[in-house]
Amino acid sequence: MSTIEHHGTYQPTTGLGKWMDARLPLPRLMYDSFVAYPVPRNLNYAYTFGGMLSIMLVLQILTGVVLAMHYNGSTAGAFTSVEHIMRDVNNGWLLRYMHANGASFFFAAVFLHIFRGMYYGSYKEPRELLWILGCIIFLLMMATAFMGYVLPWGQMSFWGATVITGFFTAFPVVGEPIQQLLLGGFAVDNPTLNRFFSLHYLLPFMIAGVVVLHVWALHVTGQTNPTGVEIKSKTDSVPFTPFATIKDAFALIVFFLFFAYFVFYMPNFLGHADNYIEANSLVTPAYIVPEWYFLPFYAILRAVTFDIGPLTSKLLGVLAMFGSIAVLFVMPWLDTSKVRSAVYRPWYKVFFWIFVVNAIFLGWLGAKPAEGIYTFLAQISTLYYFGFFLVILPLLGLIETPRRVPNSITEAVLAKSSKKNGGVTQVSGATASPDNKA
Amino acid sequence: MSDTTTTEHEELPTRRDFIYVATGMLGVIGAASVAWPFIDQMRPDAAVLAAGQPIDVNLEAVEPGQAITVTWRGKPYFVRRLTEDEIAAADALGEGDMKEFAPIDTRLGGEEVKDWVIVSANCTHLGCVPKVVDTKPEGWYCPCHGSVFDMTGRILRGPAATNLPLPPYVFTSATNLVIGTDQA
Ligand code: HEM
Ligand code: FES
Repeated sequence: MSTIEHHGTYQPTTGLGKWMDARLPLPRLMYDSFVAYPVPRNLNYAYTFGGMLSIMLVLQILTGVVLAMHYNGSTAGAFTSVEHIMRDVNNGWLLRYMHANGASFFFAAVFLHIFRGMYYGSYKEPRELLWILGCIIFLLMMATAFMGYVLPWGQMSFWGATVITGFFTAFPVVGEPIQQLLLGGFAVDNPTLNRFFSLHYLLPFMIAGVVVLHVWALHVTGQTNPTGVEIKSKTDSVPFTPFATIKDAFALIVFFLFFAYFVFYMPNFLGHADNYIEANSLVTPAYIVPEWYFLPFYAILRAVTFDIGPLTSKLLGVLAMFGSIAVLFVMPWLDTSKVRSAVYRPWYKVFFWIFVVNAIFLGWLGAKPAEGIYTFLAQISTLYYFGFFLVILPLLGLIETPRRVPNSITEAVLAKSSKKNGGVTQVSGATASPDNKA
Repeated sequence: MSDTTTTEHEELPTRRDFIYVATGMLGVIGAASVAWPFIDQMRPDAAVLAAGQPIDVNLEAVEPGQAITVTWRGKPYFVRRLTEDEIAAADALGEGDMKEFAPIDTRLGGEEVKDWVIVSANCTHLGCVPKVVDTKPEGWYCPCHGSVFDMTGRILRGPAATNLPLPPYVFTSATNLVIGTDQA
């Protein structure tokens, strides 16, 4: 951060600005990070999800904190207090629907953000830590959303919590004590709901902390861009404001149009009707389905129906599910290719898109009953999921012939625009200022 | 520095080294003993444990072929009275029919006639409550991931690997069952 402080272009003009700058140079930090900060000139809309994610986190915290003013975190009162929020609290329905759908949109954005990173090779050297911090945020988000979903104390809340904490019993010897430690009892009950509320309140702030580290690491290495070539000269970059700010703002508006459509016209589309029935420990709903953003992982869990030696199918399923997230952490070391962006990797591009389709397919399977053909398909899909990381990524880097990577971002941008203007490549214009790139 | 004794002396663990290590270790023990209450508070508390006392179940109203669900320690348990046909269907199953074999008489209980099945109502896969079915020899079907148990709660097929566990229980008379202890 010190580099930013010393090499920035920030010039305080007012007296107060100078006074601040000599004591706590926060305006300078903001200016250097979000105004003058150089970003590659060729960023496309796939790069706008990071900004959206920060806004969604703020929105979840704001709506969450006000919901907590009316919510009652006990088994006797939780369900009725959510009904009370929906019926009696002024605008309570709006705040709750924003919070519930906000979680879904948060995940939609994070999935697209992760796919963007996979496509453009954002995880590669020197951004490994940046990538791992992102994976940690993803894990924390999943824990937060899981515990949040328990709070309304409906049937899906209760049985989802029972099934998920049941994962731990798959581990021999230590499993059951761990489960009891998490639940604070022998089954999901009042102590469980209480601690989940406490942690659901805490974790988003921990996410915010990791986001700071994530952005810090980003500003040390700089952003990637569709060419995968680092910024080399001044003409390769444009200042964050107005270029990235406006692009992010436009994407955010489009994103919020969809969000508003869900909140106002189909607020329960992504939820489950069973969660409007109060939790009952004696009756299991006919189908227990997690929230849509957990479905691919749920499908992997259920795909393992066979024992291997002393390892039971239950333990293997749980390990496969945790493994499907753990494998993301080591992705920087599994990919052996020196070329960063999929744009110049003809084969990787194909396998990547198969991976995306496969992930969506897994999500679809996760919502189907675990029997017959569905189990078989889930096994094939799970195989590809792991095969992509553990076999394709390491091998592809060794056998694939990449296309020629441009020498600089500017060269790539100008080649593209001259192709549009009649095919005359004029790389000599590389000194052109970013403003006349059109 | 010229005399060798000083260098030798420096390489030996000194009194100071010992004090450093001892201080560090005491610090670790101190940190651990402060951390312990923060972890320990999460374990089932006294009220939860007290609610885990044995419970009495009155069996007068349960006819053969019927099942009731009772709660002990916040968890559901099935108390099911089998018909003769149902016992026979379960008895006909062999070791090859199930994933975890247990002889049928270890699964049944009762005062005069051994026709009662008292088992946990949480599926041994991930804890859902299986549905009571009567398609002999199947006795329970778990709606969550499709595990199937026989009339006495033994696992026939599906992702669950073990039989529905038996809680500690004792019949104090032909119509009174105590769940939570096996001492009369
Ligand atoms: C990472 C950010 C967050 C995510 C992903 C998230 C997710 C969720 C989800 C999925 C639900 C269940 C909604 C439903 O179906 O009714 C929920 C409920 C709830 N959340 Fe959050 N949440 C976040 C932040 C917060 C924060 C910071 C608070 C502050 C206290 C909070 C307070 C609540 C409360 C009180 C409920 C229960 C009321 C209800 O169900 O609508 N949340 N959350
Ligand atoms: S919980 Fe019963 S089959 Fe999974």
